[in-house]
Amino acid sequence: MTALDQLFEKVRAENRAALIAYIPAGFPSQAGCHRVIAAFIAGGVDAIEIGYPYSDPVMDGPTIQAAAVTALDNGTGAEEVLEALKIASASVPAVVMTYWNPIERFGVDKFAAAIAANGGSGVITPDLTIEESVGWIGATQTSSINPIYVVAPSTKDARLAQVTSKCGGFVYAASLMGVTGARASVSSGAGDLVARVRKTTDLPIAVGLGVSTREQAKGVAAYADGVIVGSAFIKAIQDAPNEEEGLKAVTELARELAKGVREGR
Amino acid sequence: MSISEREDLSAILGHFGPYGGRFVPEALIGALEELEEAHRTSQLDPSFVSELAELHRTYTGRPSILTEAKRFAEHAGGARIILKREDLNHTGSHKINNVLGQALLTKRMGKKRIIAETGAGQHGVASATAAALMGLECVVYMGEEDTKRQALNVARMKLLGAEVVPVTSGSRTLKDAINEAMRDWVTNVETTHYMLGTVAGPHPFPTMVRDFHKIIGEETRAQVLELTGRLPDAVLACVGGGSNAIGIFHRFISDPTVRLIGLEAGGDGVETGRHAATITGGTPGVLHGTRSYVLQDKNGQTVESHSISAGLDYPGVGPEHAYLHDIGRTEYRAITDDQAMHAFALLSKTEGIIPAIETAHALAGAMQVGNELGKDAIIVINLSGRGDKDVQTAASYFGIPLD
Repeated sequence: MTALDQLFEKVRAENRAALIAYIPAGFPSQAGCHRVIAAFIAGGVDAIEIGYPYSDPVMDGPTIQAAAVTALDNGTGAEEVLEALKIASASVPAVVMTYWNPIERFGVDKFAAAIAANGGSGVITPDLTIEESVGWIGATQTSSINPIYVVAPSTKDARLAQVTSKCGGFVYAASLMGVTGARASVSSGAGDLVARVRKTTDLPIAVGLGVSTREQAKGVAAYADGVIVGSAFIKAIQDAPNEEEGLKAVTELARELAKGVREGR
Repeated sequence: MSISEREDLSAILGHFGPYGGRFVPEALIGALEELEEAHRTSQLDPSFVSELAELHRTYTGRPSILTEAKRFAEHAGGARIILKREDLNHTGSHKINNVLGQALLTKRMGKKRIIAETGAGQHGVASATAAALMGLECVVYMGEEDTKRQALNVARMKLLGAEVVPVTSGSRTLKDAINEAMRDWVTNVETTHYMLGTVAGPHPFPTMVRDFHKIIGEETRAQVLELTGRLPDAVLACVGGGSNAIGIFHRFISDPTVRLIGLEAGGDGVETGRHAATITGGTPGVLHGTRSYVLQDKNGQTVESHSISAGLDYPGVGPEHAYLHDIGRTEYRAITDDQAMHAFALLSKTEGIIPAIETAHALAGAMQVGNELGKDAIIVINLSGRGDKDVQTAASYFGIPLD
């Protein structure tokens, strides 16, 4: 059982949703990322996703794209991602979110082992289909980490069952058809998707894409086991006049969202 | 491995040996399955096949002719040089073969909107043309850098009724235009077909786009047999993503005596790192939904490609090329910018045909291969596009004042 599995048992017992915060390694700098992780923890997030910045992020909107460019310009690679993971996982359950090619380049078995060695609970792979996962599933089992897949509102029921049967830790439900980024409202499709996923699995379900406020977190926490927030934190850092103010804003936003995930039920 | 076994492998979710496949967000799986099914059933539907054939006869201008390049051949070891004239197709390149097929499929799937990526603008212009012909809404994503370099093609697309969206993310070139088109598709997949322009991307694109271009090789094989009485010794084509090359190669794969040679964009030279020769200078990896050769760094980040030819300036290549390369059925060589421009000028001056700069890479390859094989050889070159769009680039390269 990973630390992530234990977290979801705990929040189920507390009858609330978990707050999962996302930051790309190397953003706004290597040391800055480590300070953001500390700000997340100070604000009460339950788990952290470390993003592996990638040159061609087709699932990401402008906010995370810009952060990825900054992170890559800062020289972020596997080593930096694993370092950030190690720092985060010392305090809370932590996972890496990455497009597939960096894993394949690093070595599939080696990557899974490195995640485990740095305290990580799992890896979210948004562009890895189950058909291409044969080697990866074996690697995650060997290293006892969770393979986390993303499902979408367009995913048909039969396929949902196939995907969730390969999943570990939680199922990442994309709230809408589209890319990452803050939205004025969370898509109504999210609730329907979560209900459809529930019929296929007992795994926890976390909702991502478009969540940025306490009210939205509260709304999603009513039906999901986890609420994932990424772009809103990055935007808080980008919009701040300096890093210190940015970190304060991150902690403040985390506190608000942490209240939201406790108000849903 | 036999050819029939190879075909069987490609049927399993579009794999070509270890290459191909589907590396995409789950949100796109439904659309890819729908497209795969539409393509499969349409190939077996006589009304679809005859509608496309009729369009090719009355609109594209097929079959495209062969031209013997006798004066050019003097610079290619005296070998017999035969050009397959895809440059004479409507819109000026082979790209029309694919877009007409995909536009018919779009209608078959009941979708009203197409999106496309373009580098030099050839595929964008072809897509806008097909959309105009069939009454579809068309949005073309084009890197901001390319919209500046290819302003004339931007105007052409707009005249054809398409919307052109300059892409300002990443390196602002073809690779980023594909990223942006995929983001649009993830968002609007219910109503929109992504008209991908080459034999790359997730299954079924590499197989489907090949199927729409393989008519080039089918015509060529029959025409060459009629003209010369035998099969050619070598068939050459330029390779960026690789659509025109797969198109002319495919019918010849089962002819073991015919060498199939792809010419990649060597830019300043593969050894300089400033090139787009993905098979010659890349490594296996995943880009834009498929596993193939990729120009990438040690962390798997895509490296920017460089070529004087915008149409070959892409850090990936179709997965079927990667496979054919690995099993030794095809060969790939890199042609530098300077070698390509030399061949560009030579064909213009010896044959009165101004080729696309992309195509000039294949012509430069023919000069090498002709010298290697000698005067008894028959060499076919896919003349994939005409050079009208490249006049400004060529004038600048050769120092011809435009004012």
